[in-house]
Amino acid sequence: MSFPLRRRVWLTFAGFGALAVAACVVAPLVGTTPVSLGRAFDRSIPFEANVDAQILFVARLPRTLAGAIVGAALAAAGVVLQALLRNPLASPFTLGVSAGAALGAMLAITFIPPLGLAGLPGVTVASFAGALGAVAVVYLLAGVRHRGLSTDVLLLAGVTLNAFLSALILLVQYFADFSQTVRTVRWLMGDLDVSSYLPIVAALPLLLVALVAFAWLPRALNLFALGAEHAAARGIDVPRAQRVAFFSASLVTGAAVSLGGPVGFVGIVVPHLVRLMVGADHRVVLPAATLFGAAFLVSCDVIARTVLAPMELPVGIITALIGGPFFLWLLLRQR
Amino acid sequence: MLQAADIGLSYGDAPVLRGVGLDVARGDIVGILGPNGSGKTTLLRVLAGMLRPQAGRVLLDGRDVASIPRQLLARRLAVVPQEVHLAFDYTVLEIALMGRYPHLGAFELEGPSDVEIAREALEATGMLPFEHRAFDTLSGGEKQRVVIAAALAQLASDASRTRGPDDGAPGGSLLLLDEPTAALDLHYQIEVSGLIRRLNADRGMTMVLTTHDLNFAASVCHHLALLREGRVLAAGPVDQVLDAAAVEALYGVRADVQRHSGSGRLVVVPIGRVDPEVRRARQA
Repeated sequence: MSFPLRRRVWLTFAGFGALAVAACVVAPLVGTTPVSLGRAFDRSIPFEANVDAQILFVARLPRTLAGAIVGAALAAAGVVLQALLRNPLASPFTLGVSAGAALGAMLAITFIPPLGLAGLPGVTVASFAGALGAVAVVYLLAGVRHRGLSTDVLLLAGVTLNAFLSALILLVQYFADFSQTVRTVRWLMGDLDVSSYLPIVAALPLLLVALVAFAWLPRALNLFALGAEHAAARGIDVPRAQRVAFFSASLVTGAAVSLGGPVGFVGIVVPHLVRLMVGADHRVVLPAATLFGAAFLVSCDVIARTVLAPMELPVGIITALIGGPFFLWLLLRQR
Repeated sequence: MLQAADIGLSYGDAPVLRGVGLDVARGDIVGILGPNGSGKTTLLRVLAGMLRPQAGRVLLDGRDVASIPRQLLARRLAVVPQEVHLAFDYTVLEIALMGRYPHLGAFELEGPSDVEIAREALEATGMLPFEHRAFDTLSGGEKQRVVIAAALAQLASDASRTRGPDDGAPGGSLLLLDEPTAALDLHYQIEVSGLIRRLNADRGMTMVLTTHDLNFAASVCHHLALLREGRVLAAGPVDQVLDAAAVEALYGVRADVQRHSGSGRLVVVPIGRVDPEVRRARQA
């Protein structure tokens, strides 16, 4: 990697930012129904009569924005958790954090009926609370051994937490009525079927708080790669940095899951692809992964919407089909 | 420069350090010698302010290290751990630049002067030709030299960056090394010994190191502190402390301690084990 670092950081923002913007501009134009941009932006046609504008602004654009937010959030959470736990196989999905957020969201959807699936911000808050609960479990586990969890222990803990939370999710579903169940099952697959801007706006406050943490964290994350003691000897307040990292990872996972359900594997595929491209320095990796995550999930969603058109698959199926084999490859490469 | 007095520390019920005192003068190289489990590494971590003792204090130029803000302390005192395992693939230069973090503001990135300092530090340890290599591809000795370079970069003050009276290293800087040669073969041991002596001679750098290698200690240290079961058995200049009785007390091993005619250094030649009963009788 060539220096100076400042230029690398700016190039990262410019390059990966352009990629994310391009994905967000192109994605709404792709779909089963061709859309004429000229007609969509034609102010002389009233919105109620302008089918092109309706498809673009009501069906596709919110979905694209939600995809960008979910992808960015999960990728960033993956980077933070991997650095924090010194483990390349950590991610919101593998650690059970996504499942915790999903459980929180399910509880809110099922037992706070007036809010419903689009009801806000109850779902967002509950989702964040669920993510925080799952992260607390990981935090306690990681705290037991200061040198970081071994891959085996971490994966077993993640599998166990996932299974436990999935059972609770099934239990909640059991009490839900039929119409709710159909929607929540689809949502649990990781679906970006967002047809209003309300959930996106509701997720924004969580994301903004997390962004501040992400700007402050990367140096501590770099030193964590050497070990917590090393970080302390370099002037980092380790317990505080760990708390900020766990908390911000919970915030973004909660926001992502409240929007798109527990979309799997984004938090593990994207950070590794990005590290292959830009190196290991988290001041470059974190922004790059955040922007690349947005582009990645928006692209996956385009595939999900078009591959079996006119059927629209939940995007979680696509990311799992890509991410599962990738995860196995990573696991085998580790040995 | 660094004074520890009456340090007491236990993990749970097990006492690790019992009333340990240590005095490190400026420009000194102090070796903490002792068998495995004697509390060497724990003492080093206490000296570095990474671990707070339950009794006693560590003073850096008269100031309790626990009261010095971490970032300021890190500009004067650097630690080289025994082994470094990376979770991700950093380059050699990136590792050296991490030494500059205590000198940066909360959101600041390293500037050209920091890169210069990091490269000078790599030059000093002979690792500059490897600056773009991935750290994980290096040998144990090379890794050790990179980590030492990062510590040097950490202790270097930067004329272009002054933030007040506490900045820089007005009282000189201190390098703490934990078992610097434990994982190295003879070739790299000699190289690291040479590096330690050179840094001390050329830059007047004060150093404290732990080791269980008597000959290594005799070859680089000015003063020794012998640690057994969390207590200091003896402390003082190498010539006065290191003798057959000390080796026996520390390790339960009979040894010849002689002056090597060529180098003038003390060398320790282990002869055999001391009968535990005899040993106990002598200690009584």
